[in-house]
Amino acid sequence: MAAQEAGTQKGLSMDRKRVLTLNVNGDDYEVVCAPNTTLLEALREKAFLTGTKRGCDLGACGACTVIVDGHAVLACLTLAADMEGRTIRTIEGISEGGELSPLQQSFVDHGALQCGFCSPGFIMSATELLTENPHPERAEIQRRLAGNLCRCTGYVKIVEAVEAVAQGAEGGAR
Amino acid sequence: MSETVKQDHAVIGKSVPKIDGREKVTGAARYTADLKFPNMLFGKILTSPFAHARIISIDTSEAEKIPGVRAVITHKDAPTLKYGISPARWDENIFCIDTVKFVGDKVAAVACIDEQTCYKALAAIKVEYEELPAVLDPLHATDEDQPQIHPEFVRNINAEIHQDFGDVEAAFKDAHYVRTDTFVGNRTYQTPIEPHTATSMWDGEKLTVYSSTQSPHYFQYYIAREFGLPMGDVRVLKTYVGGGFGGKLEPTGLEFGGAILAKITGRPVKMFYDRAEMFAHNRGRHRQYMTITSGVDKDGKILGVHADFVMDGGAYTSLGIATAYYAGAMLTLTYEFDNFRFDMLRVYTNLPACGAQRGHGAPQPRYAFEAHLDNIAKDLDIDPMDIRILNARRPNTTTPNEFLVNSCEMKACLEKAREISGWDEKKGNLPKGRGIGVATGSFVSGAGYPIYRTDLPHAAAMIKVGEDGTAATLYTGATDIGQGSDTVLCQMAAEAMGYTYEQMKIVAADTETTPHDFGAYASRQTLMSGAAVKQAGEEVKAQMLEIAAEMLDFPAVDLDIREGKVFSPGNASVTLTFEEVARHFFVNRGPLVGKGSYTPPKLGGKFKGAAVGTSPAYSFAAQVSEVEIDEETGEINVLDVWDVHDCGTVINPALLEAQVHGALFMGLGESIWEEVKFDDKGRILNPNLSEYRIPTAVDMPVVHSALVDSYEPAGPWGVKEVGEGATLPTMGCFRNAIFDAMGVSINSLPLGYEKVWRALKERREEGPAE
Repeated sequence: MAAQEAGTQKGLSMDRKRVLTLNVNGDDYEVVCAPNTTLLEALREKAFLTGTKRGCDLGACGACTVIVDGHAVLACLTLAADMEGRTIRTIEGISEGGELSPLQQSFVDHGALQCGFCSPGFIMSATELLTENPHPERAEIQRRLAGNLCRCTGYVKIVEAVEAVAQGAEGGAR
Repeated sequence: MSETVKQDHAVIGKSVPKIDGREKVTGAARYTADLKFPNMLFGKILTSPFAHARIISIDTSEAEKIPGVRAVITHKDAPTLKYGISPARWDENIFCIDTVKFVGDKVAAVACIDEQTCYKALAAIKVEYEELPAVLDPLHATDEDQPQIHPEFVRNINAEIHQDFGDVEAAFKDAHYVRTDTFVGNRTYQTPIEPHTATSMWDGEKLTVYSSTQSPHYFQYYIAREFGLPMGDVRVLKTYVGGGFGGKLEPTGLEFGGAILAKITGRPVKMFYDRAEMFAHNRGRHRQYMTITSGVDKDGKILGVHADFVMDGGAYTSLGIATAYYAGAMLTLTYEFDNFRFDMLRVYTNLPACGAQRGHGAPQPRYAFEAHLDNIAKDLDIDPMDIRILNARRPNTTTPNEFLVNSCEMKACLEKAREISGWDEKKGNLPKGRGIGVATGSFVSGAGYPIYRTDLPHAAAMIKVGEDGTAATLYTGATDIGQGSDTVLCQMAAEAMGYTYEQMKIVAADTETTPHDFGAYASRQTLMSGAAVKQAGEEVKAQMLEIAAEMLDFPAVDLDIREGKVFSPGNASVTLTFEEVARHFFVNRGPLVGKGSYTPPKLGGKFKGAAVGTSPAYSFAAQVSEVEIDEETGEINVLDVWDVHDCGTVINPALLEAQVHGALFMGLGESIWEEVKFDDKGRILNPNLSEYRIPTAVDMPVVHSALVDSYEPAGPWGVKEVGEGATLPTMGCFRNAIFDAMGVSINSLPLGYEKVWRALKERREEGPAE
């Protein structure tokens, strides 16, 4: 929001919208965005993918974490206009065909969620981690999840849930 | 312990997965901000840039001309009836009329076709202010020369409490040792990860509000009151709520302003706070200045306590009257003493209003008292564990302020904490820089009285069994804000009915479809909502047994139902399925419905404020923590925490443990890092999640959570609370561990690295101790 106001003050026309094609979870979405429309806004308000959460809009809480070309990014700090030609994966794309990923199942089994508002962001961050390193140690899990804030769980069960997948026979994420 | 504890339960007592787990991990769970309605507008509130100012004029004409702006409203468009959540002090207006009272006070609001247009419209509203001197220091708020914030509250005194039980002066006179200490608590904020959102819409004269609320009932009551509507014409419901911790217990400008904008435009209006606006709306922990004097005998037995507190309430009352009473009232619970005096001044300042944050008023005084008790123990050369065990409350006792305590395993909690933490081996034997501390806590299992005066039951529930018996739906006003009440209440329903958890469905927290319940606060739902659910389940079961007896031509008294099977304990050949019986019931008698309600017994004394702190049951907890201090930097590293809880019968052990973790984590944040800071104009310096430092995954200590056997006669199946109680010991526990490690007392929260560093530096400069 602050960035948008700053842009307006600099005389940039933030009203000049154009149609972007965003590839999200394997589907192409045509969305009308202004130059300052964030990926978060495009996902939530234009593609109606509301699993990605708006917690702070300042890149501090991690609730809006999505995976772009394999890397976890904060959708609230990412401009939609930069996302054309990229492969975007959101929480809705983790459980394909309605089957939970091993990580999602582990979150349920370990009670790694309470209010659930931060859960999609945690699952995206942990999915990136487990894709990169299928068997991370506990300290690495904690470090890699430190950009996601949770106010309910005290992180204990979240770390346990990720650790259980990491220690599983197959490890990793899908 | 008692026979009842050993009862063989089929559904409760098991760590079934959360009923909403799947929706929450797939992103399918819809929170209020995720809801969209046809023709919906977006709304935002214009707030005050000044801590204290007179409004000279408001010009909305330019804003109204912007394309896409559908409505701009000020106090002229709103009822002027003052509202609040504490009936003792209704002191807020929907929009400020004459003066703004803090940075963030509500001045106007807009409804527009999209969010971007809202910001343009807000920027185009011209408000002329005359800035007034502001009251920013609570310790001087009552001085004669200070500006008056609310004309009707002279010298900015919001509440003044004087309670006196027994004879404190005589106790001090008889005491072997009397000591006074002063501590300061910090302003913290609940910081739910989900920002507040409300979407309001009208259908003729009926208002519907979807809100991220902890209590649809209080929202319904206060919204109806504000707009002069019958409660039946106000429907408040929540979908999923992304955490509350006390911050979402009262309606805000989002509900009141949204209702007006929706009425004027004839369209649904979605209103929301951004992160900075959440900090400004606040209703978090009060800053408290706490002086405690205690007298003890030569063994350390507490004879009398005097608590003398001042509390910064901010610009409005919120739930602060209750907070002020709780601050003193809850000090009498964990230790037994007969003489107690409590003096409190809650003052208004031109800062955001404070309210009820997890542990409501009690955690900071608990920190102060536990630190004070360690000081006494040190002065008398008594082990901190021993002085607590000596004074620990026993079951079936009454506090000096007339709280009846039934089950109480305070002593067992301390003894277990001593054992599992290795206290005796560690105390005095830890390497340099390491220390160990202990503290206690106790909390209500639901408030004995509702927030406003009413004779409504505190909780009600209804269970409807499906026509073919393959599912049953629990209808409850209880509000799951993440803590898992939907899950435990479904377990309780299934247990009482003789059904399975997996077949339970739930409709909750909707004032139109679910029976009344006061909602999620004061750790009330497991005991209170649970009691109503148990009764509803038993009513279903009784009807099932009656018709099963007819079907089987077998006496009902010889039949039972368990996990979906109707059977006779004495005759294995007699069986029916729940489905068969339920279907037969529906075909022959119509809908199979059970209902229940719960009203607590009449509790408490007759003195002023006697109601606050009453509860049918109290939880008790002891915590031990081990910390390591970096002498160079003052860094506090909490290594291990051992939490031992007396919370009665456990319905879902995994969810209970999760509550302990969460509460401890909040306590950790408040203890060491969290503090809302202001500049000299009353503006928040850190209204964001980068500079308001809540702990992350790398900050968690190793948590060892344990329970002691306990059965609470006032709760269904013997339950009592856990969700807030575990927050209480933490701050004092860490302070005491630091005291043990370094010999320095940190007398204000957050304990903070810098404060430890400064205390160590000061001691070095004073030279070596004798």
